[in-house]
Amino acid sequence: RICVITLAEAHPLLQSGKTIKNINYQISANCSRLQNKVSGKSKRLCLFIFQMQGAQFLTELAPLCRISSSDGEEYTIYSCIRGRLIEVNENILSNPALLQEKPSTEGYIAVVLPKFEESKSITQGLLTQKEYEEVLLKRRSSAS
Amino acid sequence: MSSLAEKDRPIVQLLLNAGTCPRCVLRFCCVGSQMLYRQPHKDLMKDLQEFLKNSEEKEDTVCLAVADPPCKRIRLEPRQEGADDLNHNGAVPQLPSAGDGNIAVESSAGKVCNVCLGILQEFCEADFVKKVCQKVNSADYQFTSFVFSVSLPPQLSVRERAAWLGVKQQMRNLGLPLAKDDIIQLKEAYKWIIHPQLSEELGVPADGKSLFEVSVVFAHPETDEECHFLATACPDCFKPAKNKQSVFTRMAVIKALEKIKEEHFLKHFPCPPSSPKNLCDALEIQCNNGAVFVAGRYNKYSRNLPQTPWIIDGERKLESSVEELISEHLMAKFKADSFNFSSSGREDVDVRTLGNGRPFAIELVNPRRIRFSAEEMKRLQQAINDSSDKIQVRDLQLVTRSAIGRMKEGEEEKTKTYSALIWTDKAIQREDIAFLDDIKELKLDQKTPLRVLHRRPLAVRCRLIHTMKSEYIDEHHFRLHLKTQAGTYIKEFVHGDFGRTKPNIGSLLNRTADILELDVESVDVDWPPTLAD
Repeated sequence: RICVITLAEAHPLLQSGKTIKNINYQISANCSRLQNKVSGKSKRLCLFIFQMQGAQFLTELAPLCRISSSDGEEYTIYSCIRGRLIEVNENILSNPALLQEKPSTEGYIAVVLPKFEESKSITQGLLTQKEYEEVLLKRRSSAS
Repeated sequence: MSSLAEKDRPIVQLLLNAGTCPRCVLRFCCVGSQMLYRQPHKDLMKDLQEFLKNSEEKEDTVCLAVADPPCKRIRLEPRQEGADDLNHNGAVPQLPSAGDGNIAVESSAGKVCNVCLGILQEFCEADFVKKVCQKVNSADYQFTSFVFSVSLPPQLSVRERAAWLGVKQQMRNLGLPLAKDDIIQLKEAYKWIIHPQLSEELGVPADGKSLFEVSVVFAHPETDEECHFLATACPDCFKPAKNKQSVFTRMAVIKALEKIKEEHFLKHFPCPPSSPKNLCDALEIQCNNGAVFVAGRYNKYSRNLPQTPWIIDGERKLESSVEELISEHLMAKFKADSFNFSSSGREDVDVRTLGNGRPFAIELVNPRRIRFSAEEMKRLQQAINDSSDKIQVRDLQLVTRSAIGRMKEGEEEKTKTYSALIWTDKAIQREDIAFLDDIKELKLDQKTPLRVLHRRPLAVRCRLIHTMKSEYIDEHHFRLHLKTQAGTYIKEFVHGDFGRTKPNIGSLLNRTADILELDVESVDVDWPPTLAD
């Protein structure tokens, strides 16, 4: 099952007052998520498998990008999902506002494809919208 | 009519001595008359004996095979130019005496041929022909001609070469020239003999281009290991292939025989070859009809029907499919083993196909029935249409294999028209969508939709929306008719697919849009030909 990684609604970057200064897909000296080799022009299955093998494999804690806001803060966005990196959203590089205006659609961060065998366990490890909201409620009540 | 000449005498003698059957002897003498091979085995043997015997008689005796005309098969030439028989030294070549010839005949008669292993013997007889025809008739195929294909064990090529080398050696020893004529191929001679018999029994002609194939596989386990010595001479011809049981395939053996040096062959294999104990076995007699192709156009009226069966982990996710609903009836009528369904593009489970429908072609594999009149095809079409309200077919007809190409052409090149029911988050008025009607040749950049990324490579495709026509419904709904280039993802054009299809209806209207319903209005391919009702 294909996964689209986006910013969670409670993420600091999505709270009012934050302006994004820069989005960087260069994770380290040797690793840039922009250089993920998954491009191809063929419909053939064998080429598809070859492309998949070339794509970067991510673990939960693999960084996808670093975002710095104008107030000096820097945030690392992690994959949170194990799988092959299919693409990162280059639209937010040219238009960072997208990330805040449409975080769940056009402002997505990346697309990841988990291994077929792990698909079910990954889905089960995620929270539903309702469960997430409960987490947020608990967080807020404990903070106050 | 061909005949045996003096030059053939030592060849005939050598081969008969070695246990070669008369027909193979004729082959090695390059006798090209098909009629001769069809004569009964016994008669041919007798004629050859006579031929040999007559070598001992005086020059001026006119030699006939036998006195009675019905049996006279080989017109023999008397020894006219005795000088030709002399070798370079002027000495008359020493040939085995007639007495030896008789011994050869005795040892040859009733023996399995050392070259053809019985193919040109028992397997040319009426009994075998009957056996084949029984199999054909019980298989209950419809056919108007047949092609008879035969698979021979590889060691036959080895033995053929061994016999030839033996002949070559003998002629060299006798100081006789050996013309490089073409030896008649075993398979060819076999077909000369068996085709007329099969044709007579089955009542249809043999035709190399026939779609109906009767095939026989012959094996001779007794001599299977005879090919093995070739592996030492040409090891690179025999690489272990994954699917094949034995490395010594017919092709590999032939290749090795081309490469192997004469001396090496002579060292490792008796030339001419020795007589086997047993005949070949006819392992399988199988029938197969070439595929027939049925084409038509289908309409899909259900929003809950996949085009092809939807099965995950052995579990069927949705009942039935377009392909099954159509081919079920065809499979039964044509009595085929299996089918291959292809169409000019596809639609999703929840998309209807209206208008003239989508062209499709079904390949029916190994059909027992192949002839259907236009009337019968119409009735078949009606039966399919009566059996389901989820699909309907039209223009059902028999077509040729080239049909598949025409259809794929249609999939990639021809335009389609659609009707989409669209929802918008923010309210719209008539004037907000009117401008869509004026947009012509809108260029889209579509990244591979997320919903198919698990099975398609990531790519960007450039597609054109040729025309659009909007129909206002209410503040949050409108219907859009579009005519697009082949291969355009309509749903993604409407909702934008996370911004990965640009432009999209959402971006054009500056709203969030989603698609509620999609119908294919037409697939603009003018194939298959429309049939009158």
